[in-house]
Amino acid sequence: MSKEERHIFSVMVENRFGVLARVAGLFSGRGFNIDSLNVAETHDKSVSQITLVTHGDAQIIDQIYQHLNRLIDVIEVTDLTTGTHVERELLLLKISTEDPRKRAEILQVAEVYRARVIDTKPSSLVLEITGDEGKLEAAIEIFNTYGILELARTGKIAMMRGGTN
Amino acid sequence: MSVITSQRVLFLVFCRSKRLISIVNEERNWSGTTVRSVSVIYVNRNVLLKPHPSRLQSWNEKVFYFQQPTAQKNVSTTVYEEIDMELSGAHILVDGLKREGVEYIFGVNGGAAMPIFDALYDETEVKLIPMRHEQGASHAADGYARATGKVGVALATSGPGATNLVTGIATAYMDSIPMVAITGQVMTEFIGSDAFQECDVIGVTRPICKHSYLVKSCDEVADVVAEAFHLARTGKQGPVIIDIAKDAQRAETIFQHPDTVDIRSYKPQVNGDPAQIAKAAALIKEAKCPMLYAGGGVVLANASEELRKLTLNTQIPITVTLMGLGAFPETHPLAMEMPGMHGSCCANYAFTDADLVVAIGARFDDRVTGDLGKFAPKAKKIHIDIDPSCIGKNVPVDVPIVGDAKNVLTELNKLVDTADIDPWRNQIQEWKQKYPFEYEQKGNKVMPQYVIEKIYEHYSDAIVVADVGQHQMWAAQYFKFTDPRTWLNSGGLGTMGFSLPAAIGAQLGCPDKTVVNINGDGSYIMTIQELVPAITMKLPLKIFIINNMYLGMVRQWQELFHDKRYSAVDYHDNPDFALLAQAFGATGLRVEHPEDVEPALLKAKGINDGPVVIDFIVDEEENVFPMVPAGAGLGDVIRGLS
Ligand SMILES: Cc1ncc(C[n+]2csc(CCOP(=O)(O)OP(=O)(O)O)c2C)c(N)n1
Ligand SMILES: [Mg+2]
Repeated sequence: MSKEERHIFSVMVENRFGVLARVAGLFSGRGFNIDSLNVAETHDKSVSQITLVTHGDAQIIDQIYQHLNRLIDVIEVTDLTTGTHVERELLLLKISTEDPRKRAEILQVAEVYRARVIDTKPSSLVLEITGDEGKLEAAIEIFNTYGILELARTGKIAMMRGGTN
Repeated sequence: MSVITSQRVLFLVFCRSKRLISIVNEERNWSGTTVRSVSVIYVNRNVLLKPHPSRLQSWNEKVFYFQQPTAQKNVSTTVYEEIDMELSGAHILVDGLKREGVEYIFGVNGGAAMPIFDALYDETEVKLIPMRHEQGASHAADGYARATGKVGVALATSGPGATNLVTGIATAYMDSIPMVAITGQVMTEFIGSDAFQECDVIGVTRPICKHSYLVKSCDEVADVVAEAFHLARTGKQGPVIIDIAKDAQRAETIFQHPDTVDIRSYKPQVNGDPAQIAKAAALIKEAKCPMLYAGGGVVLANASEELRKLTLNTQIPITVTLMGLGAFPETHPLAMEMPGMHGSCCANYAFTDADLVVAIGARFDDRVTGDLGKFAPKAKKIHIDIDPSCIGKNVPVDVPIVGDAKNVLTELNKLVDTADIDPWRNQIQEWKQKYPFEYEQKGNKVMPQYVIEKIYEHYSDAIVVADVGQHQMWAAQYFKFTDPRTWLNSGGLGTMGFSLPAAIGAQLGCPDKTVVNINGDGSYIMTIQELVPAITMKLPLKIFIINNMYLGMVRQWQELFHDKRYSAVDYHDNPDFALLAQAFGATGLRVEHPEDVEPALLKAKGINDGPVVIDFIVDEEENVFPMVPAGAGLGDVIRGLS
């Protein structure tokens, strides 16, 4: 067994109902892993993009690539991890400000993570943070010490650097 | 402008076959108001269809007139236009099937598919074959496809009709058989409401079909039919589902069949990469112990001719898998017979010693390879396959070639010569002579292998359709196949009950061939009801039951691996299949002694106005050998005899 690696696939699909089920069904049916999954329409309304993070050894990754390509509704599959790419994730955090003395401190920490405050209430505020996985994990860890009330995370989106891919 | 009377219009109409013509009658009355009446004739069916009022507008735009110029106001003017047909979704579907060259459609009727069955009622080009169970319908469509290479078509209603099709769809999927399965669906407005006989067929069949379509509007039908057939028969072939809501079957629309199908996300690679083919040729040249390993893909790609050329050009020994039997004549000296669990020792030993394996349309199935760690350990591997996901799935490959077997072999044939491998060829001959398929005659029992040998003797030109179990393996071992599409069996899914309905499909597809069904007592009774349509259609099927009163293959495993604990395999409560055949209305014979085998086979030959069932009561506990136990390496084959 060769060693397991994390891969990010960008999968361009027809924007039709049922396509996501085909992609997800392929993973569950063949025992492949999905670490995160993100789906959205592209600038071309007939095309959706699925960004899919998975892991496995080289043989499994090749199988995932081939089987994704085999789906009729899949237009193009790119393994972004084979080249240099950028990846981002969006995190929303609702943090308790029951203790008003902590509020300023929270805002200072938010500054460090370039977080934006997108909602404030007397007892809570909502922060928006983007970044790669490491940054978001670190942010979650630190904000947890103030009390995270709610957390929402998009999963990764990614693209190749430069060129036209 | 010419004057065209109603009669002349009709004359013109009938000159154009299969077109729909609208006739617009304009009458002006004395006050000058124009009264328009429109009638439409669908020439092919001579049925007058009422046009949809909302369509009148769009027709007018395309009207071209042969109008009588007239000053008089009371003269009626006949106007006609050639329009795109306006038909119901069900009729569009049937029209699409005709365009795809469909001869037969196998189905069982039911509520949500009634408009389609109705459209087929007075249809002569596409013949509706009513089966007795939807599983039978899907296997019959499958058998038709396997025997002819054309797309088989099955039809069922929603819910239970659709779920009954599922086994047949999965069977076709596993063996890459081109098929279109059409299912009725509840009305669009009820979809998702757990309506009566609603089932999410698209969901249920997602992992067992190449693609599927849920059709909610009659406007989609023409395109979907064309796409479905295109997908089913190109690239890696397979079943495609069309699930069509009842209201979409009923609603009428103007439509046009697409002339070509272009799916932007579907571009199968049919031509092999020349550089890879050159690499393969170089490996073949270097090899000292090469072997060819051909599978069902060769049959599906109609590449048997090219495979023969490759084998004869190179003089390299060849093994053909259970799915590929007939792709290369088993009677040829270079043929090693099939490999794998119940394959020939020769083929299995060859894998173990080969230094090059050239796989063509074969998929290194676990029933062929045995323990992967011990499979062809010394061999480099070349793998030619239409499906890139198949390459490297089970076994690492040195030279992958994605492409259609026919194209790739044609190119490869240009680059190869006779291989200089005499010692290896001699070794193969030695194994072949030393370890043929063999069995021992026990007392005065009818040995199952003997029955197959005799069937081969008397029906060597037949299409053989086998079911699943020991009898299937014996048929594969003792019948010598020489031509593609003469051996049909469910190799991938191993579906008991496949063979009788598949034989019906094969016989309809190949009316001039004799179709022999080699069945097991357990398998036969799983789809025995399909004897009814076979009798109704007077199909001269030869149904030979290798009756060991057991689920024999499972019993063999219980004998070898479960201390003879015969759990749920004892079929001594079988009915008398000969009498049962007679009750159905077929000829039924029973054979209990070896000396009666041949006379019965000869008698069956003479009965051609319907099916003949022969119940061969064979030795109950005979086992299939050689055998590579599950999980063992091919070299560890148990030869069986002492
Ligand atoms: C639908 C289905 N159920 C169960 C099995 C498992 N199975 C494989 S072979 C076999 C026995 C088949 O019995 P029979 O048709 O009498 O053939 P025999 O092995 O006795 O020749 C069974 C039960 C199967 N392949 N298909
Ligand atoms: Mg049996």
